[in-house]
Amino acid sequence: MSKSTFTKIEESPTGKALSGPVGWLDDRLGLAGAGKKNLRKVFPEHWSFMLGEIALWSFVVILLTGVFLTLWFVPSMAEVEYKGSYLPLRGIEMSQAYSSTLKISFDIRGGLLIRQIHHWAAALFVAAMMAHMLRVFFTGAYRKPREINWLIGVGLLSIGMVAGFTGYSLPDDLLSGTGLRFVDGMVRSVPLVGSYVEFFIFGGEFPGDIIIPRLYIAHVLLIPAILLGLIGAHMLLLVYHKHTQWPGAGRTNDNVVGYPMLPVYMAKAGGFFFIVFGFIAVMGALIQINPVWAYGPYNPSEVTAGSQPDWYMGFSEGLVRLMPPLETTWFGRTWTWSVFIPGVGGLGLVFTSLALWPFIERWITGDDREHHLLERPRNAATRTALGVAAMTAYGVGWLAGGNDIIALKFHLDIFAITWILRVGFFLFPVIAFIITKRICVSLQRKDNETLTHGWETGVIDRAPSGGYSERHAALPVADQYELTSSRERLPDTDEEIHTHDAYGVRNPKFRKHRLRQKLRAWYYSGSVDKPTVEQMEHAADHLSDVDHPVELGEDFQGVSETGVPRVH
Amino acid sequence: MSNEVETTNSPVGDPIKDPGLGEHQYRPQDVDANQERRTERQIATMFGVATLLLIGFCVAYFSIGSDVRVFAFGDPADGDAFGGWSAQNFFLGLTLGTALLLIGIGIIQWAKKLMGDHEIVELRHPAKSSDDDRSAVLEDISAGVNESGIARRPLIRNSLLGAVAALGLPAIVMLRDLGPLPYGHTNTVWKKGMRVVNDVSGTPIKPGDLSVGELVNAEPAIFFEEDEEGHPVIHGTALMQAKAKAAVIVVRMRPEDITAAKGRENWGVDGILCFSKICTHVGCPISLWEQQTHHLLCPCHQSTFDLANNGTVIFGPAYRPLPQLPLAVDSEGFLIAVSDFPDIVTPSYPELARDQKKLNEKFGGDA
Amino acid sequence: MRKLSTHRRHPLAGLLLLAVGLLLTGGLYSAVAPEPAKAEASSVSQIEAGRQLFLVGCASCHGLNAEGITTVGKDGKAGNYGPSLIGVGAAAVGFQMETGRMPMAQTAPQALRKDVEYTQEEIDQIATYVASLAPGPARPSAEDVDWTKVGKKGISEGGEFFRTNCTACHNSVGAGGALPSGRFAPSLKGVAPAHIYEAMVTGPQQMPVFSDELMTPEEKLNVIAYIKTVQQQGNDGGIGGGGLGPVVDGLFVWFIGIGVLTGFAVWIGMHGTRTKKR
Repeated sequence: MSKSTFTKIEESPTGKALSGPVGWLDDRLGLAGAGKKNLRKVFPEHWSFMLGEIALWSFVVILLTGVFLTLWFVPSMAEVEYKGSYLPLRGIEMSQAYSSTLKISFDIRGGLLIRQIHHWAAALFVAAMMAHMLRVFFTGAYRKPREINWLIGVGLLSIGMVAGFTGYSLPDDLLSGTGLRFVDGMVRSVPLVGSYVEFFIFGGEFPGDIIIPRLYIAHVLLIPAILLGLIGAHMLLLVYHKHTQWPGAGRTNDNVVGYPMLPVYMAKAGGFFFIVFGFIAVMGALIQINPVWAYGPYNPSEVTAGSQPDWYMGFSEGLVRLMPPLETTWFGRTWTWSVFIPGVGGLGLVFTSLALWPFIERWITGDDREHHLLERPRNAATRTALGVAAMTAYGVGWLAGGNDIIALKFHLDIFAITWILRVGFFLFPVIAFIITKRICVSLQRKDNETLTHGWETGVIDRAPSGGYSERHAALPVADQYELTSSRERLPDTDEEIHTHDAYGVRNPKFRKHRLRQKLRAWYYSGSVDKPTVEQMEHAADHLSDVDHPVELGEDFQGVSETGVPRVH
Repeated sequence: MSNEVETTNSPVGDPIKDPGLGEHQYRPQDVDANQERRTERQIATMFGVATLLLIGFCVAYFSIGSDVRVFAFGDPADGDAFGGWSAQNFFLGLTLGTALLLIGIGIIQWAKKLMGDHEIVELRHPAKSSDDDRSAVLEDISAGVNESGIARRPLIRNSLLGAVAALGLPAIVMLRDLGPLPYGHTNTVWKKGMRVVNDVSGTPIKPGDLSVGELVNAEPAIFFEEDEEGHPVIHGTALMQAKAKAAVIVVRMRPEDITAAKGRENWGVDGILCFSKICTHVGCPISLWEQQTHHLLCPCHQSTFDLANNGTVIFGPAYRPLPQLPLAVDSEGFLIAVSDFPDIVTPSYPELARDQKKLNEKFGGDA
Repeated sequence: MRKLSTHRRHPLAGLLLLAVGLLLTGGLYSAVAPEPAKAEASSVSQIEAGRQLFLVGCASCHGLNAEGITTVGKDGKAGNYGPSLIGVGAAAVGFQMETGRMPMAQTAPQALRKDVEYTQEEIDQIATYVASLAPGPARPSAEDVDWTKVGKKGISEGGEFFRTNCTACHNSVGAGGALPSGRFAPSLKGVAPAHIYEAMVTGPQQMPVFSDELMTPEEKLNVIAYIKTVQQQGNDGGIGGGGLGPVVDGLFVWFIGIGVLTGFAVWIGMHGTRTKKR
């Protein structure tokens, strides 16, 4: 039992002390209006809503550690002889960028730690954005009114990847320099204007003397500014639309159920910031990342086996490795398809599909309503299957990017791996689609079965005639509601479409409408509707008409996903 | 009874009505003062330990030298050593990280166990503006636009648009000096009579120095030449740019294993051939030479070239064969280049076909 | 007092007699047996001993006179069970046999490092025999591979040579790299300096040759010094992930980073114990 300890803030000693300054500010800024709307704003609770927070807090860690690094890093390609404390490189000619990175790693106390935290946080930033994006995709949270936020998110992911790439290229070491060489070759493959783009980016022939300073200013000023702006817009829309929520007791499409910003969400989000920062710091203490001293300074005549970019570029790298040779000469110009198609086309295709998806889905389904309740992935079988197929294709690209490491560690033939993945890039996603769709549909059926037949209690009856049967009990109403809300599809509102109207005039939209109808039918094929009102009433009668109902006990709190009764 | 529900195309009404939020359930800390105090102490301890760790961070910063190692187990020369990590990095990172983690976990515990946890319901509002707001805005815009007269004055409107659009021109034009205009890659520093020397050491190469199966990572001799004052003739950025085109490898095979293309029969010396080190795919340097299969593998994207067969591509995404540098021997017996590369080196670019034609005319050979 | 005859009937008497007889015979033999032949310092007998060992353990693949046994595959491509060893020198034998690569246990894309099958003496004898067939690279002396004597400048230069000639196959930290068709450049971890030297100078299997004329013994020693220095210094930043670079980092990010942080998120979102008390 809790005593009543509610104190008005303006009557507490702190409140009285602060009333002067706060009043002074409010007299000039009128903050109470904003405060009124947002201080007790409600946020729903679920672990999957915190993936975006991992990205947000990693970004803060990146900013903090990045400022530290700029205090010592010299973004210059001028040649200098190394005189620092890492002995195996003493006396070697290298760029100032590389030399200052070595200084940070070996001669500045805590420098190596901050470098490693910065790099781990960057890798985690992109990974968390991807995990968050997948969550939003599979739960349908990008639907109206959140399409713009989805586009902002796609922008954040793509620019975040650019931020990472520019960042790890700054030390001008052999590994990242080899990556820049790859970019040089890729830029050359842009049709018709490739050489111009190359010479303009590098200020002349590769490597030139200006690319590192240019990457530097992009990395510390231009890109963070864009990212901060996009993050601000992303958060603003989140606050305006309020967060989506999972279906459940008390939750509808028109409300938000959860905890208030002040104090619970501030505490949970703030606490999670410290956890993210702390865990990344522990990773920086225990796991080495990007040991640039081992690679040596960049030299266009040197290379290391196992040259890979950071993980988020692995998809692009893999496609470039898989692509068979293809180059044509048209109109007196050379068109290097083997580099352009996977290099520029690969990621271009990924981001374009991501950006267009909400609009494509909207066009197919014709669903124009606002959605604030999330959909379980199983209830949108085709969407989920398409998502898994896309992840599979992405995964094939990833594996291909590391094909030499796989060949080395598992003693396999690298050419065989390449061939399998060449075919697999097209074949595996199809297989994944089919399997995922079947799984989703069968899960939908299982849900329906649990709703209409109750859950299996594990209590076995033995009939006088000798047969055994298991007693079922009805799900608690809250669970029934959870399984049936946010699970519907719009009727097909398209009237019958005709090739010609009553006067024999050709319908110019016929083809488009027919395509849409077919896609819509495919999109919903296989999915089963939830039980009707009559079926649920029938089920309730049937389940309560039992001589010896199962005793569920006082502590019964519902049934888990796998059919195990819960007590909390 | 079948569980197959009739799939109709009509929306199904909610078969179950919303039962509303369940009864609020209390946590032990809400009802038991002992539990509450215990949790408070637990959280305060976490914050206390965090503070101590942060002080420990400062102690570690000033007291641990940069050559101290942790966890150095085993003899690294044996191949199963573990650790040998920088103690500075280890202790600074662990103290800072654990302190942060403890602060975070403490705050979360506070939120989960002690802060009020009654669920609150807030109503949503539609995302779109109200009809009143919309019509008010439309009125305002109409008033403003009409007062500006922009709709009635196409002459000044269009000419303004034109002028503002033209503002884009300086922005674009001023980027012209980002770099020089591309001049193709028809030549490298290689020329007739230039010695082929071992990279790093600069030692010139005699054919007798090479065994069958040997690989030399080589460069043009000019990279190691110095002027009268002892400064390198090419250095810094110019050296890097020249290396990115002129780096070569020299390999020795048995002459009977080589199938030289027409016109290339005398490009080698006793089975010694010289090829560009720069991959024609995207430019990584290649020196994974398999001396028995005569294959050269690029580590970046696995383009594989057969050097016994004029550098043709046998696997991987590269399209053009690896360019070959014709070799001869000078009067002192050292390997020299007969001329510059007769084929374009480095990755393909749009003007490649045009530039290759220029080279063909210059050298009179086939590509 | 019992007479000796009563002891003769003890159950263990027979056993005791047997043991005494054996000991006596063995002892007498070792006292009068001739001295076994000592290995002679003369190289002629080394070569012959080596040849005998060669005929038993190596000739089945390398030919009775070490000329190699060539084959022609179904596709007309030439191959061999074992290449000719004429001219490979003692260095090649030392490398291949002391790392256990030879004798190969079974056909494979390349010989793998495994347990050494022969004693050091036997290997020396085989090496002497092979060296006698034709001139070839000799084994390095202890001085040639004493890398602890190399100074700072030598280590730096060795690093330059290493990055120019070796990392393309063996990777920046000597972790190894993939080659076509199931072959690979092995890891340099735990490889003795003498073996690194011999591998460079003989070019085992697909590895190219780096002759002493082009990469002098001093330059080779610098490379060895660099490798050993870098191996001994440990990983400054923590767990090294096998020296395999960003691929392993990516795995760590997802499994450890996202995994643990998602675990924390699940914990944060969970509601804790509930009580029925009011």
